[in-house]
Amino acid sequence: MRRFGLISVPYLWLLALFLVPFLIVLKIALSDYTLAIPPYTPTLDLSQGWSGVTDWWAGLDMENFWFLASDDLYWKAYLSSLKIALISTLLTLMVGYPIAYGMARAPDEWRPTLMMLVILPFWTSFLIRVYAWKAILSNEGLLNQLLMYIGIIQEPLVILNTNLAVYIGIVYTYLPFMVLPIYAALDRLDASLLEAAEDLGCSRLSAFWLITMPLSKQGIIAGSFLVFIPAMGEFVIPALLGGSKTLMIGKVLWEEFFSNRDWPVASAVAVILLLLLIIPIVLFQRNEEKHREASR
Amino acid sequence: MRRLSWFNTVSLTLGFAFLYIPMLILIIYSFNAGKLVTVWSGFSTKWYGELFQNEAFLDAAWVTVKVAVMSSTLATILGTMAAYVMVRGGKFYGRTLFSGMIYAPLVMPEVITGLSLLLLFISIGLDRGTTTIVLAHTTFSMCYVSVVVSSRLVTFDRSLEEAALDLGCAPFDAFRLVTLPIIAPAVISGWLLAFTLSLDDLVIASFTSGPSSTTLPIKIFSAVRLGVSPEINALSTIMIGIVAIGVITTSLMSKRAITRRQRDEQDAI
Repeated sequence: MRRFGLISVPYLWLLALFLVPFLIVLKIALSDYTLAIPPYTPTLDLSQGWSGVTDWWAGLDMENFWFLASDDLYWKAYLSSLKIALISTLLTLMVGYPIAYGMARAPDEWRPTLMMLVILPFWTSFLIRVYAWKAILSNEGLLNQLLMYIGIIQEPLVILNTNLAVYIGIVYTYLPFMVLPIYAALDRLDASLLEAAEDLGCSRLSAFWLITMPLSKQGIIAGSFLVFIPAMGEFVIPALLGGSKTLMIGKVLWEEFFSNRDWPVASAVAVILLLLLIIPIVLFQRNEEKHREASR
Repeated sequence: MRRLSWFNTVSLTLGFAFLYIPMLILIIYSFNAGKLVTVWSGFSTKWYGELFQNEAFLDAAWVTVKVAVMSSTLATILGTMAAYVMVRGGKFYGRTLFSGMIYAPLVMPEVITGLSLLLLFISIGLDRGTTTIVLAHTTFSMCYVSVVVSSRLVTFDRSLEEAALDLGCAPFDAFRLVTLPIIAPAVISGWLLAFTLSLDDLVIASFTSGPSSTTLPIKIFSAVRLGVSPEINALSTIMIGIVAIGVITTSLMSKRAITRRQRDEQDAI
């Protein structure tokens, strides 16, 4: 009985505040837009019992989804989010791996400090960390001042309000998510394997490619999912650092909802985004469960 | 194998420079006398003074702290329960769905979580305000708490709990007297994580807040959307300072606790 209570409280909480809301999003995505408060007409009326369901099914026109498919703004936004998320995940991996690798090879007494230095930015406000780049990347910003002072460039580079600024923002803010799982994987790596490889005449570089890389795969996969999935739906970074030409689906959803007040279309955008993310999310969960089972 | 090559040294130096220089610049320019954030025109603390006279910011800060305390406490209770169920619960009906609902919010784009919770609150007729933000924040941060706590529970020696039960302890007392003290550091860091997640959240709070319950991130976002402002730099510096002090203190405290435990274990042998 006690066990039942222990399971049911968090279970019911998550059902009511995580799963049910998604069903509501789905329902509203299939509703019609009207100028009212709330701005939609539900097409599914459960109070009418079974006939309500059959009426809904007969009148189901998927209007909002057809609208999304017909307007190429949404196509472009999905594709460009996918592109931005993929490129920035790759960049984060390229920046994060050497850091994790360096941490794993650092002397034992440095490690707690290095760990704390990686985690500390994660505890500071996301919004503030994104905002910090605005003063650096703008036309009269510090990066341009520095580059012009050194004499590399004569004219200021336009970085703020472009996709490049979005890439920088994503790499910067999600870096701890990439470094920590890779570091955890590298930390478990048995150093005697590398010594054996070196004794057998393997060069350090090929020992890295043949042993270190494959054995840190778990960390690379986990880190990449942790960057890619939230980056797909990112809103704050494109809103603060991107320009009017930066199309990302999170920003489109926000504008449909807050500026156009078209809730059914915003819900339809959310449903499609979720469908796109369901495969990486399931893969990520599998990876985590497998890892948890293995470490038990 | 513990030697840093030049490559390791360079990548660590550049990596940490990349992580910290933007924040350092932000802090330095919060003491700038001029209105322009990119041109240095002398040292001054006047932006801090203006910040503390800005009623709107102070109100928002109060709402934010209230929401964060309530939601992180609720999230810690629920998240610890969820972790216990995940690690010790054994098999039960719908376990896969449960673990799915624990992991999915960790990676779910905030715009989706925010939108779906708002639509829920509207459909059950709950007025948007502090309560709705607390409910929303509790839901996503309890998942983080449960991940942190379950990673501690996994490595925990179960025989201690079983010994207590064998010696006639009631299950709840065994949890309170044996399990809880051992997982306490994880529960505390779970609470701190939930607290900062709540302090920090813009997107979910924007969807679920009402006009009377603006949080600090919402205020900051609307202030910085169009450009940089020295007042926000001052505010950011204060927030970074609080976090840095908090994180360093807790890590020193947990380090002391670990050495003390090790010494106790040594003494016991």
